[in-house]
Amino acid sequence: MGIAIFHILVFPGLLFLTIFGFVAEYFDRKLCARLQNRIGPPWFQPIADFIKLLGKEEIMPREADVIVLKLIPLFALVACVTAILYIPIWGQQAIFSFNGDIIVVLYLLTIPTLAYFLGGWYSRSVYSMIGAVRTLTQLFAYEVPLFMCILASALLADTWSISEMVTFYNHHLGYWFCNLLGFAIAIVCLLGKLEKVPFDIPEAETEIVAGSFTEFGGKLLALLRMTFNIELVVVASLLAAVFLPFGLNFHPAIIFILYLIQVFSIIAVITFLRSLFARLRLDQMIAFCWKYLAPAAFAQVLINLILKGILPR
Amino acid sequence: MRYSKDVKIPIGPQHPALKEPESFLISLRGEKITAASVRLGYNHRGIEKACEERTYIQDLYLIERICGICSHSHSTCFVQAVEEIAGIEIPARARYVRTLIGELERIHSHLLWLGVAGHEIGFDTLLMYTWRDREIVMDILASTTGNRVNYGINTIGGVRRDINPQQNQQILEAVGILEDRTKYYISLATSESTLINRLSGVGLLSMEDAKQLGAVGPVARASGIARDVRKDDPYAAYADLDFKVITDSHCDVYGRTLVRMGELMQSYSIIRQIIQKIPGGPITVKSPRKIPVGEAVSRYEAPRGEDMHYVRANGTEKPDRVKVRAPTLANIQAVSKMLEDRYLADLPIVIAAIDPCFSCTDRTIAVNMSDGNKNTLTWQSLRLQSLQWYRDRGVDFTELNKKVMERFSTK
Repeated sequence: MGIAIFHILVFPGLLFLTIFGFVAEYFDRKLCARLQNRIGPPWFQPIADFIKLLGKEEIMPREADVIVLKLIPLFALVACVTAILYIPIWGQQAIFSFNGDIIVVLYLLTIPTLAYFLGGWYSRSVYSMIGAVRTLTQLFAYEVPLFMCILASALLADTWSISEMVTFYNHHLGYWFCNLLGFAIAIVCLLGKLEKVPFDIPEAETEIVAGSFTEFGGKLLALLRMTFNIELVVVASLLAAVFLPFGLNFHPAIIFILYLIQVFSIIAVITFLRSLFARLRLDQMIAFCWKYLAPAAFAQVLINLILKGILPR
Repeated sequence: MRYSKDVKIPIGPQHPALKEPESFLISLRGEKITAASVRLGYNHRGIEKACEERTYIQDLYLIERICGICSHSHSTCFVQAVEEIAGIEIPARARYVRTLIGELERIHSHLLWLGVAGHEIGFDTLLMYTWRDREIVMDILASTTGNRVNYGINTIGGVRRDINPQQNQQILEAVGILEDRTKYYISLATSESTLINRLSGVGLLSMEDAKQLGAVGPVARASGIARDVRKDDPYAAYADLDFKVITDSHCDVYGRTLVRMGELMQSYSIIRQIIQKIPGGPITVKSPRKIPVGEAVSRYEAPRGEDMHYVRANGTEKPDRVKVRAPTLANIQAVSKMLEDRYLADLPIVIAAIDPCFSCTDRTIAVNMSDGNKNTLTWQSLRLQSLQWYRDRGVDFTELNKKVMERFSTK
């Protein structure tokens, strides 16, 4: 019982994720700044922002549903923190695992997006509502290819448990190359999930201010921003576990360092992409996802199905 | 169940997409814009009236502050009108210096626009890059005129500062760097797919519409109209210089981007010619303090389009009437047309594509009734009206007013 609470609250749960999230945010902002020829923030900027927001006044729209607004960041946060418990980060075994946990993790990671939708919808401001509808519309575009390419990887490993997938790919290291296409698609879908350029349509600043989050302020916004960071880390961890299984049989500490390198590499790729492109329009984004990403993800599923029959187990 | 098909969303007067306060009320059906109404009037400063109460020299500095970006355009336009009334012929060297500053200003304005356009479509990297490069031309402006924004270089009868050979060298070096960078941006604009996707086909304004709505500057030129005051009615030194009027047939925001970048390249060439051809001699002639009776209209091709000033002199040292028609006023009419059947996501870039400058544009209209009744509002009646406006909406400032008055009276 004590060890479970430690896992949930300290490592790899809330405390670890919070700190990791701040570091990831700093890494993302600094790298983006350097790419844009700026100096970028000092290392403590994310924490300073967090503390500043905690001290700010909370202003709620009169017509907004206050209870929903207050619960939304918590829902999103809890879902993300729960998801990390099923993702192996310092060995081939996650803290909890069962056959089918990959489905659970994928659904847990959808909850923040739904929470953002509800938060926007119940804010009752026009900008928030348009942002909320955009969040949901976008969800239907990127979620299918993302699920397909993660499940394609699971198909090849012939298991629905992330820990067993990692073990399988460690024993058949060459099979990693089969999933390269899926990895690329998943990274692009991640941009949509994390609402980063070119898919930051739901919070397009110059159109709808901050989208769903327009009416959030003070502690709630601080919590929301923390959730974004944690979501970024958790989703990157999932991708690292599914597509970059380079654990081998090292000491857990080395595996943990490898894990950190993997997560930071994925974040770096996301940062590179987000500083390279202009924001797409919603119709262009959906067309792109369904015309190119979904067929490519489907191709990955087919490839893995065929390979599963050919390759030796 | 009661529902309305259209959602009305306000863009402005305070909105992240807008750099100055103005209001666009947009009706949306889904993501599509069904109607858009533009409302100006948040930035009225009464500059035209203020001009009538100052001397010509004071006006020059006031006029320069109409716009924070094309400040030289307004001051040159005004000073040209005054010189025409007074019959002053300015020295050739002064004409060249005015042209030089005008072109440097065009470069800084167009680079600024490119960055803003990038920001409006979420391409912040472009914003950071172009604004970094803009610093080069800002530094040149600061070293030649002493100021980064309001250069204060014009005076009635010429210019106030000369440029020396060392500055010529600096300008040529800067132009060389900027030319390379601009070539890079042109290659970016013609190859980067998300940029092209976001810009092409957006904010269409056909040649006929552009003519009918009286579009000016890059907006008109991107619709295929070769309208440029520098060529049509050459002022300053433009008659001696060799340059092309850049036009484009895309008729959309993409075309406007290409036109502006082409103009940047033309500006570099113009500056090189100026440095090469600039004649020696004095930079100013003596001008009278009192300008004789007369009136004049002056036109100037500002970075945003044709700027027009009308000045009427009454023989004293203060003008009788000054009228400013900033280019944004000519182009803003076209925005509603450009927004027809577009998506909400296109709205910021369509507005930004005319390179709006709303504080230059805001004017009030006084209506003189046919019965000779001048509809004038006094300060007191305006104040009462505003108090009543808030009271109607449930906000009463009476208590607050009392508190403020008490605090002031105790101090």
